[in-house]
Amino acid sequence: MAEQAIPGYKKWMESVGEQGVFFSRFFRNIFTGGFEWSEFVRQCYEIGYKSFMLVGLTSFIMGLVLILQLRPSMVDMGAESMLPKTLAVSFIREMGPVITAIICAGKIASGIGAELGSMKVTEQIDAMEVSGANPMQYLVVTRILATSIMVPILALMGDVIGLYGGFLALNFTDEISFSLYFHKCISSLEFIDFLPAFVKTIFFGFAIGFVGCYKGFHSNKGTESVGLAANSAVVTASLWIFVIDAFAVQVTSILFYR
Amino acid sequence: MEEQVKHNGEQKHNLNEVVVDIEHISKAFGSKEVLKDISLKLKRGENVVVLGKSGQGKSVTIQCIVGLLNPDEGTVKVFGDLVADMNETELKALRTKVGFLFQSGALYDSMTVRENLEFPLTRVLKMKDKAEIDQRVEEVLEGVGLLDAIDKIPSDLSGGMRKRVGLARTMIVKPEIMLYDEPTTGLDPITSREISELILNMQKKYKTSSIIITHDMECAKITGDRVVIMNDGKYIAEGSFDELQNSGDELVRSFFNTTT
Repeated sequence: MAEQAIPGYKKWMESVGEQGVFFSRFFRNIFTGGFEWSEFVRQCYEIGYKSFMLVGLTSFIMGLVLILQLRPSMVDMGAESMLPKTLAVSFIREMGPVITAIICAGKIASGIGAELGSMKVTEQIDAMEVSGANPMQYLVVTRILATSIMVPILALMGDVIGLYGGFLALNFTDEISFSLYFHKCISSLEFIDFLPAFVKTIFFGFAIGFVGCYKGFHSNKGTESVGLAANSAVVTASLWIFVIDAFAVQVTSILFYR
Repeated sequence: MEEQVKHNGEQKHNLNEVVVDIEHISKAFGSKEVLKDISLKLKRGENVVVLGKSGQGKSVTIQCIVGLLNPDEGTVKVFGDLVADMNETELKALRTKVGFLFQSGALYDSMTVRENLEFPLTRVLKMKDKAEIDQRVEEVLEGVGLLDAIDKIPSDLSGGMRKRVGLARTMIVKPEIMLYDEPTTGLDPITSREISELILNMQKKYKTSSIIITHDMECAKITGDRVVIMNDGKYIAEGSFDELQNSGDELVRSFFNTTT
């Protein structure tokens, strides 16, 4: 039993070491050589613009559903006037960033993992490397920076759309004007609610891009590996999102809510 | 008097100069020993064909030359410099002088043929002049007979066309050494012959030294100045195509009979 555990432990340690090397190569390549601006802009478009509808729709439904689910309990407690505040605080601090990140992990991390995995299998990455070009700069730096920038932007848009979904749900049953609803939402929030939530989405974006690129870049040669790289990218990125979220909540509590 | 050749119409080089010097290299993947004490020299302007069955470690040899893999034992020198001792910058500089044509062509499938060819010019040679880039792309595509396909994407090309574009992309930076990994695999006999003749024409035009890994006898016959036969991770014979075909060694001769 112990003998079987050793290779697994060794493999895990090797993987951690490889990720460390991959991270240092990524970091070094941000500052050395020419930055691939056109590829970076293309990736921002692919990652950001093309995920907007999915993130928007999911956030809208979540905002709507949350109000519908919360309302009966809040009415029982005579606290229905607190509904906009409850939704705003939970959505801005937690639901919006996490939902956006999980959606992006499913769509973007898997896409990057599959794309780079397929490039690895068809020797395109090797071809880039032996031609003297830098695949880290062209493929990895652009994608990780694009996710680190676009996921926070998507999360902000998701927050706004989610709150609007909440307004529509509330408007079905209680007549509340749009301006009153948003006034209640905004007045219940402080700058300190926005800042940690925004900062953690940058880390979520980084994790999504990094895991997708790492899994794709290190996939084995074989068509099955492409699927495995995509699948593993989603699972690992999702896990990292929850780990980062738990860590961010602890840090935020220590720094701002004590 | 020493025979000399101009590379790309610029510098004169000695034809006896050894550009790739592989000495006693061995390589294993896990418990499988793929290369066993291999030695090979490639002279300037020469075409060496490494012939052997699939899975014998032929491709591993040329991957060691460009530093994609490192041998477990032995040394690989290119232009007199040890590949294993090179840092990232030196390896990058070496790779601009050594072209590598992959078995699949390895075209970047998210780019058009034009963008595939522009990629090494803008990233490796750092060329900026659009007119100069266009001229070079069109010239090299014309050389492989695919100027019409300039705006197509790789998925619209046949296997033979992909190999031609792959060859054009490698040749566009005018390398001094070319490494071909199974250039005719998966092609019909007519296209295979066309690719083999194209390799020969490109070698004459760009004055390259080449190592051609293949199990295609016709490709070996057309392209090879010298043929090396590899079996079970070792080189078992070396000579011209005709010499080896008429070899007294039964293993070498049987090799020709089974693969033709």
